[in-house]
Amino acid sequence: MSQAEVVRRTGATEGARKTSPLWTFGLLRSELLTTFRRWRTLALLAVLAAVPILVGIAVKIETSDGAGGPGGGGGGPAFISQITNNGLFLVFTALAATLPFFLPMAIGVIAGDAIAGEANAGTLRYLLVAPAGRSRLLLTKYATTMAFCLVATLVVAVSALTVGALLFPLGDLTTISGTRISFAEGLLRALLIALVVAASLIGVAALGLFVSTLTNSGIAAMATTVGLLITVQILDQIPQLHAIQPYFFSHYWLSFADLMRDPVYWDELVKNLGIQALYAGAFGSAAWARFMAKDITA
Amino acid sequence: MEELPAAEADEHDSVGAVIATRALTKRYRGGQLAVDGLDLTVPEGSVFGFLGPNGSGKTTTIRMLMGLIDPTSGTARVLGQPMPRAARAVLPQVGALIEGPALYGFLSGRDNLLRYDAADPTADPRTRRTRVAAALDRVGLTAAAGKKARAYSLGMKQRLGLAAALLQPRRLLVLDEPTNGLDPQGMREIRSLIRELAAEGTTVFLSSHLLDEIEQVCTHAAVMAQGRLITQGAVAELAAGTRGRLVVTTPDTGDAARVLKEQGAGDVVITDDRVTAEPPERDLADVNAALVRAGVRVRGFGVERASLEDAFVALTGEGFDVAG
Repeated sequence: MSQAEVVRRTGATEGARKTSPLWTFGLLRSELLTTFRRWRTLALLAVLAAVPILVGIAVKIETSDGAGGPGGGGGGPAFISQITNNGLFLVFTALAATLPFFLPMAIGVIAGDAIAGEANAGTLRYLLVAPAGRSRLLLTKYATTMAFCLVATLVVAVSALTVGALLFPLGDLTTISGTRISFAEGLLRALLIALVVAASLIGVAALGLFVSTLTNSGIAAMATTVGLLITVQILDQIPQLHAIQPYFFSHYWLSFADLMRDPVYWDELVKNLGIQALYAGAFGSAAWARFMAKDITA
Repeated sequence: MEELPAAEADEHDSVGAVIATRALTKRYRGGQLAVDGLDLTVPEGSVFGFLGPNGSGKTTTIRMLMGLIDPTSGTARVLGQPMPRAARAVLPQVGALIEGPALYGFLSGRDNLLRYDAADPTADPRTRRTRVAAALDRVGLTAAAGKKARAYSLGMKQRLGLAAALLQPRRLLVLDEPTNGLDPQGMREIRSLIRELAAEGTTVFLSSHLLDEIEQVCTHAAVMAQGRLITQGAVAELAAGTRGRLVVTTPDTGDAARVLKEQGAGDVVITDDRVTAEPPERDLADVNAALVRAGVRVRGFGVERASLEDAFVALTGEGFDVAG
């Protein structure tokens, strides 16, 4: 075969194989479908949906017994005592109860498994020779993890709203500042709070993704991410570490309650979102640098 | 990134070669030298057998060719373009089965292929289902397409991995141990599939430790041991490089051996009623006549063709299944 023939053939083949412009979305769609069709994902969402149900039933039983003041518990800032007056408060209570542990743990599982799980199964090498492209695959994984953050938070919120509506009355509500707002505005604030809670998980997601690029074992990556989460939560309780605590990804998590003030107190909310952006930037870049240079031997 | 200087693509020694490596070397972080100065040339249109014992560096080489591992030094060109730099342009034209199939156990066979196809930037989503169905049909998995992949047998997984490599028309197929885990019938099917693909003009790069398999389907072969390339070339030439052995079947083995030595045959070995030797540099008819003249009762006389295995043993001085 002559040289010219080879060149012509190469040209023709490349011409026939144009990159489809919507390809990245196709990859993202495939990733989302794959993630949300796993039993593990559905089980995590089921656990998250169960939390508001348990809290709702517990509050209902306690108050119908005619017992005195409601227990403080993990309910967070003064929301749990209001549930009996207004079912909408179950949304805030449930989010406050799941944000410190259940939600970030679920994110840790999904993010930690993102790359390491594929490496463990060997499917990573086939995605890369397809070729998905390392940057695109990583971005797709991060986007999917964030989509899971949002879905997980909304599952908690919707489950809480449903249980709240079934067990307790709904209506106008009182903000933390003591002013009255309409039920419609309360719903809007609940949605806003759910979005802020989902955004609070961006930092953990980036951290989990970075850990996931370090190992070929999905289980190890998940365990490390969840372990880091618990460690940070503990360190955040030690008064001597006061100076570094504002840099923990979880430090301003419960600031979402400020959205229930009138007027809204934005200071810590903004700090929280800033910290999440910082973590996403730092660990996102670290994950990218690591993944681009990694030898895929699994 | 995908556009490369034309001069580079026309580089003399890569024209006509689907795979060309120059001094390709990989040293792992632990200091272990997995591939040592590999110069491999795979001609276009060949069925190329890549041989070597376990641990000889075959898989590391394949991973470097596919852009999964960065070489420590040296260069690799696939389809005339440098890897891993041109991976985006090269890999859509390459189908690969590397170190066995890897599947999503919780997805059906069909969904596994749909996912792999979605990862290919050049795959047309409109024809995806048709192409997946065609690939499943080609490997005989249509009936099991709806089953979860975790319920597949090893042979079925192997077929599904092959189907993933056949989702698009390819210029090069890289198949690492493609008949692993298959029953004899499955092996035969895969071999005929490989021949079929080669007839369509696809270059097939086949790694295997089964020498007879390579001999049956390959036009060219290369042998690796301990990270180095020992030899490469057309299979017929490799086997011809080793001369066949003269075999005499006779009840009078002692006399036969003596006569053969007198006739100039070397390395005479007696086993049961067979005497084998390096054939001497003269007409074998004369050798046979000499045997008969000496009163040796000859039952059989002939030269056994050298197999690739003989060639391999001659090259490495050791059996094939020795870990490097």
